[in-house]
Amino acid sequence: MQGAGLTARELYCRRGDRSLFGGLDLALKPGEALHLVGPNGIGKSSLIEILAGLRRPSDFLSASGAKLVRGSVEWSGSLGLLDGRLALDETVTLERALAFWAALDGSEASAADHARDLGIEPLMDVPVRYLSTGQRKRAGIARLLGQNADHWLLDEPLNGLDTDIIGTVERLIAARRDAGGVVVVATHQPIAMPGAVTLDLRDHPW
Amino acid sequence: MVIATLLRRDLATLLPGGRRGGTLLPLLFFLAVAMLYPFAVGPEPELLARTGGGVVWIAALLAAILPLERLVAGDLEAGVFDQLSLRGISEEWAMASRLIAHWLAFGPLLLLATLPAAALLGLSGATVRTLLLGLLAGTPGLAAIGLAIAALTAALRGGAALAGLMVIPLAIPILIFGAGALSRPDSAGLALTGAISLGLCAVTPFVAGAAVRAAREG
Repeated sequence: MQGAGLTARELYCRRGDRSLFGGLDLALKPGEALHLVGPNGIGKSSLIEILAGLRRPSDFLSASGAKLVRGSVEWSGSLGLLDGRLALDETVTLERALAFWAALDGSEASAADHARDLGIEPLMDVPVRYLSTGQRKRAGIARLLGQNADHWLLDEPLNGLDTDIIGTVERLIAARRDAGGVVVVATHQPIAMPGAVTLDLRDHPW
Repeated sequence: MVIATLLRRDLATLLPGGRRGGTLLPLLFFLAVAMLYPFAVGPEPELLARTGGGVVWIAALLAAILPLERLVAGDLEAGVFDQLSLRGISEEWAMASRLIAHWLAFGPLLLLATLPAAALLGLSGATVRTLLLGLLAGTPGLAAIGLAIAALTAALRGGAALAGLMVIPLAIPILIFGAGALSRPDSAGLALTGAISLGLCAVTPFVAGAAVRAAREG
């Protein structure tokens, strides 16, 4: 994994009639982390979606005012996303729901280890819809770990987690960065990420 | 390999008895229509034999609408397509897999159920043969229309009811040629039904894929 990690240029975001943020440039080298902060509705989740390539940056009038242009996002390497949505089948057992993604990611072998690390081993035969908020979040982290992505985008990864597991998440983030990954975290909760850059979207009004 | 994994999940979800509560309900609905029709128009064998084939077609169309609600909306909401997209699996592939699974989940069983339905209506052997061939040619097209509409309405409130309404006018060509083949001596109607189906199946993954992406940007 050589090169730049994440390079994003001139990101603007508009949702409906509201301009959320603009003029945002990001450059994160392998091993670096970004902590996104800002009040609700400022566009943290939208930025995560833009960085994930799921949402296009909004177009804006170029400096010369002559034409509409659009920013760009480039990653070197694969990308994992953890947000409020689990992407796990609600009606099957956790084991089978995770097995689908493990089959896609080719990570069946390590699935049991991840489950043990996250303390969801006893839940493997419980249907996903019966899991509590915190258990669902742990399941989402297990899915993320199984993906073996180079870089992580985490939208509120600590929501609903108890204090025991927060330390584990922080360790996992540190391990990903040690392996040369870029980690972008949007959260309101305090999270220990040594050397992380903090970005407040209020500083980038459109 | 990736597509096989996708297809396995889609089939497990959509087949009757599958995980997401895929049921035999559309099939029972189909048979119920065939059973009720003689009660409504009277039991004269000649009338039933002449109009029964058309009723089977309408019942098939309505049965194809029933599973639409669960087809795309759930996975869209759960972020499944987002996770697939991060893994480099495009919405088009996801929709192609779903189209195959959707047809397999209702098409073959519908063909099978056509036999008891034809018996209830007292259809002749030749009519049943044309009917089966027509449904075989037409149901993939019905599945394709259904999937495209389900994807287009997935992000809408009350999308499922709207989807049902939108499928009906789009299905008219299939119905005209498919049911029309019953009253023609040659097989031109069947050929046209098959042609429409093939066209729809080829276009639908792209339409539905674009719809899923648009729903995400909304």
